[in-house]
Amino acid sequence: MTLTVTMTLNGESVSAEVEGRTLLVQLIRDHFRLTGTHVGCDTSQCGACVVHMNGQSVKSCTVLAAQADGAEVSTIESLAENGELHPMQQAFKDNHGLQCGFCTPGMVMSALDLVANNPDPGEAEIRDWLEGNLCRCTGYHNIVKSIAAGAQAMRS
Amino acid sequence: MYEFNYRRASSVSDAVASSGQSDDASYLAGGMTLIPVLKFRLASPSDIIDLAGLGELKGIRTENGAVVVGAMTTHAEVAGSSEVRQPIPALADLAESIGDPQVRNRGTIGGSIANADPAADYPAAVVGLGATVHTNSRTIGADDFFTDMFETALEPGELVTAVSFPVPDRAAYMKFPNPASRYAIVGVMVSQSGEEVRVAVTGAGGSVFRVPEMEQALAVNFAPEAVAGISVSADGLNEDIHASPEYRAHLVTVMARRAVAAAG
Repeated sequence: MTLTVTMTLNGESVSAEVEGRTLLVQLIRDHFRLTGTHVGCDTSQCGACVVHMNGQSVKSCTVLAAQADGAEVSTIESLAENGELHPMQQAFKDNHGLQCGFCTPGMVMSALDLVANNPDPGEAEIRDWLEGNLCRCTGYHNIVKSIAAGAQAMRS
Repeated sequence: MYEFNYRRASSVSDAVASSGQSDDASYLAGGMTLIPVLKFRLASPSDIIDLAGLGELKGIRTENGAVVVGAMTTHAEVAGSSEVRQPIPALADLAESIGDPQVRNRGTIGGSIANADPAADYPAAVVGLGATVHTNSRTIGADDFFTDMFETALEPGELVTAVSFPVPDRAAYMKFPNPASRYAIVGVMVSQSGEEVRVAVTGAGGSVFRVPEMEQALAVNFAPEAVAGISVSADGLNEDIHASPEYRAHLVTVMARRAVAAAG
């Protein structure tokens, strides 16, 4: 049985035929070809698949596409404008907040949810917030620095 | 994931009716457990009935001195609610300690207690605070709700609609979390309401349980030292790569002591 899912994806109204069991991340990557959102663990632990749904960060490997019917979904592709990186992306670049880059889209989308809740998060709060995002390269130190710098750039 | 039919319920009665018409339906709340379970093919319901559209199950209100949390209220909403945090900070703190921010944005109190994971946090809140579970057809007292590992008093098709928490004089929750998942290896909720003291333990056994010996000691003297010498038997406690039954039994005393200290 298929069903029609309609959502606002990165500001555009889109719809697709999906199965009940289709995951949001499959819809985003395989159907809409937005491959910035990654599948790391596929078990809702690593956070590489974090997107925003109705303004909140969610793990899109653990949301059914059907659950996003009528929702506003935004992915990492929504951030850069006219070829210019979002301040949070720029901060990751400037602070060496990534090595292989696989976790980075999820890190950035998670960080933006944190900043939406608290425009000036402290280091402890940033580290606590990153509970659901795994990075196997950096040891997190520069990611934490990047998020603090990104938050500061967004405030100014 | 095996195939299933997905539909979104339009009301509580519609959800219950849909469930009744199906051979094997599952309600979908936040999906933070159900979707992983489906992905692992540990369950194969014929129908998934999504409760997301049911505004009547969402939100927090104060009613007759109790804090009533709608079943579809997320952990993030409970953690961030002044209507919860002001009267029962222990409940807000417990919600904030679940999983990670993305899990807290989706996971719900109704889904958590209906699933009755032995290591979930909310069962300790429900039993430790003496809450009442409201369903589409009745109310169930905390002590009767959790019956065994992943088992509750809910009948097939019965739907949790809200949980109502009486406001205690003081309470605190302490847990020793699994460092990866943040599930409770052992979590203890302690509360005092007048002369009644409750000590509820999650993570240690197949299902949440109370420790009457600690409750009696705390009723006489609500102080950490009153429980420091009381231990539970390791017989029948959970065993996995993270902790042996003996270690879990030890943690029950340690977490209870810390919870009493934190409750002040």
